[in-house]
Amino acid sequence: MSVPQRAGAAKTKQAISQSHSSKEAAAAKLLKAAVKKQDEDDGTEVGDGADEWMQRKTLIKPPDQVDLTEAELKEEFTRILTTNNPHAPQNIVRYSFKERSYKRIGGIDQLAIHFMLAGNLLHKDSDEARQQRARQGLPDEKAAVESIVAETEEEKPDSPQVEIEEVTEVGGSEDRPESVEHQAKRRDQKLKNQFKFTERPSQTLNNPLRQKGCQTELPPRSNFSATANQWVIYDAYMEELQKQNKERQKASLKKEEEKSKKKTILVETESDNITRVRQVAKIVERMVVQNTFDEIAQDFKYFEDSSDEFREQEGTLLPLWKFQHDKVKGLAVTSLCWNQRYKDLFAVGLGSYDFTKQGYGMVLFYSLKNPTFPEYSYITLSGVMCLDIHAKLSHLVAVGFYNGCIAVYNLKEKSTQPMYRSTAKSGMHTDPVWQVKWQKDDLDSNHNLFSVSSDGRVVSWTLVKNELVFTEIIKLSMGDGLTQGLEELQFLNPACGTSFDFHKQIDYLFLVGTEEGKIFKCSKAYSSQFLETYDGHHMSVHAVRWNYFHPKVFLSCSADWTVKIWDHTVRTPMFTFDMNSAVGDVAWSPYSSTVFAAVTTDGKVHVFDLSINKYEALCQQPVVPKKAKLTHIDFNLVYPIIIVGDDRGCVTTLKLSPNLRKKPKEKKGQEPPKTPEMEVAKMEKLLSLQREPDNSSLG
Amino acid sequence: MAEVEETLKRIQSQKGVQGIIIINAEGIPIKSTLDNSSTVQYAGLLHQLVMKTRSTVRDLDPQNDLTFLRVRSKKNEIMIAPDKDYFLIVIQNPSD
Repeated sequence: MSVPQRAGAAKTKQAISQSHSSKEAAAAKLLKAAVKKQDEDDGTEVGDGADEWMQRKTLIKPPDQVDLTEAELKEEFTRILTTNNPHAPQNIVRYSFKERSYKRIGGIDQLAIHFMLAGNLLHKDSDEARQQRARQGLPDEKAAVESIVAETEEEKPDSPQVEIEEVTEVGGSEDRPESVEHQAKRRDQKLKNQFKFTERPSQTLNNPLRQKGCQTELPPRSNFSATANQWVIYDAYMEELQKQNKERQKASLKKEEEKSKKKTILVETESDNITRVRQVAKIVERMVVQNTFDEIAQDFKYFEDSSDEFREQEGTLLPLWKFQHDKVKGLAVTSLCWNQRYKDLFAVGLGSYDFTKQGYGMVLFYSLKNPTFPEYSYITLSGVMCLDIHAKLSHLVAVGFYNGCIAVYNLKEKSTQPMYRSTAKSGMHTDPVWQVKWQKDDLDSNHNLFSVSSDGRVVSWTLVKNELVFTEIIKLSMGDGLTQGLEELQFLNPACGTSFDFHKQIDYLFLVGTEEGKIFKCSKAYSSQFLETYDGHHMSVHAVRWNYFHPKVFLSCSADWTVKIWDHTVRTPMFTFDMNSAVGDVAWSPYSSTVFAAVTTDGKVHVFDLSINKYEALCQQPVVPKKAKLTHIDFNLVYPIIIVGDDRGCVTTLKLSPNLRKKPKEKKGQEPPKTPEMEVAKMEKLLSLQREPDNSSLG
Repeated sequence: MAEVEETLKRIQSQKGVQGIIIINAEGIPIKSTLDNSSTVQYAGLLHQLVMKTRSTVRDLDPQNDLTFLRVRSKKNEIMIAPDKDYFLIVIQNPSD
């Protein structure tokens, strides 16, 4: 008994020495104490026993015992008893979500459970025990048992409690003997508390459950689908670009302006939608008109009079569109002008040549694409006598009136009033203005125009900011202009200028035709002298025109029924043509130096080609009903058509037949030259031929 | 405003013009001189045609754009001029 005990004690001792449990320190201590107690008890016994053994025998060393020296044997090893569980891990690490890292646990459980057995003993006073007893149906015994227990276990401090229990139990049972028995019989006896217990269940009012849900309105949805074509992408980029440009501009613009602009934009979108259709409506109108006048359009483009091949020296004029406007009844066409830039646009000035019937006037712009309605129209107070479209800025139109006024209209502006107007203060003419012509911009790049009038003055007007500033260039007068006469003479006989023309190449040189029939060659530089005077006609000169190609040749036509061709170095005309009727206007063709056309008051158009026939017209064709008089003519710069205006306010377009448009024939094999030089040479040849007979005939 | 009205009147008075329809970018007719059912029919059909045509033209060259479209048939001719927001359709019988 002792030996195993000792062995057991030794073992437990060892176990204790190696354990690290801190929790069971108390328990361990108890164990330790118990063991020590035992050990002490045993130790004395063992010690005696050991001595006995020791005396009998010598010390037996096991063969594998470690040899130690005396000193080592006597060395005292201190063994420290700790409560640490040697098997417990030392470095448990847990992941801390707070710090997002692994952290060592502070306190590590040192409890080492050696043995565990779940028991099934109940303390007899515990609730469960009582329940059991009740189930077994021995309530009386309990009381008896309890009393016995009370008696036997005096030491136990819970005896008075037990007594109380007993009393209460008994009391309780007396009070409700029935209920107790009842309960016991029925079902498991409810464990009552030690104090007076009454069960009083009650039903509380259950709050009625109410579900409250709410549904919000679905956010508005819309389906969107689109195709991304190349042009859609392109448009998006362009918009982006425009936005960027606008932003750049915003930086420079004032903010107030922006606001006003925004307002105007808003207003535009709110206004009636139809206004935006304007552009499109125009296009459609032209389309419809093209359909209506389809034949004419086709003729214009493609018709060539094939009978011209048979008629060698004759040509015809094919009537195309007629331009008429309701408002111009009673007005005569007083001037025509083609637009240089838009080849199908031309301007018509309407007024009256009749001195007695002066009223209002009109300026109309027609396009060949729409003969039914003018593109632009302006009504003027006084009859329009002449107009000219600026060569480069084709939105500027200069107009000369019967009352001597000059006005400049700007087609880009929507107003019906002219941009500039000359007044009596600013040097207005005192007689009707017969011709206006734009000039090149002056040194300050102000626009410049010239006008000639019956009051005998040739005036230059400069557009400076908002005004017309005039400069008198020359005063026309009768006489030779060689300053032989006194200046007074010049004053006394003012000549009335009726037309003028500027040289195509030499800028300062110009010709003026007068009502008396004289033609003056003038220079811008000389304000009192003429370079040359030509005794041209017997009656007023209606038009003078320089040749487009040949620098020396010019035309003049007059009311004395003649058309004359001049070389400006020679004082007598080169060619004279008799028309049998007053010639209203004459014009050179822009494509040939030898072709020109004239209109007469008997309603005929005469076309001449000097290289083919020097004496007769190639074509003499009446184009208007008999009573109408033709007043003006002009060639289109590009298309082979001419426009003629009459005194009824109607403008007719005519197509020239091929014979009238002939280029000079060349020998076979050579290319037909189209340069202006050739034209010049052509004319020169004619002139030289002409001069020889002239010289010979002393004419 | 009056200018546009005048232009439309002039178009209407041209020889052979049967009707004019103005439709907006979504294909809804705004103004028409034809009866309702024809207008709606024309508007619906032509709107698609113009969109297709325009798409074709622009696909070939994004810097290009459709100016107008003529559809000539045996009986008449339909002319459509598209704007950024509107289409103008004119139906004409040119041989009248």
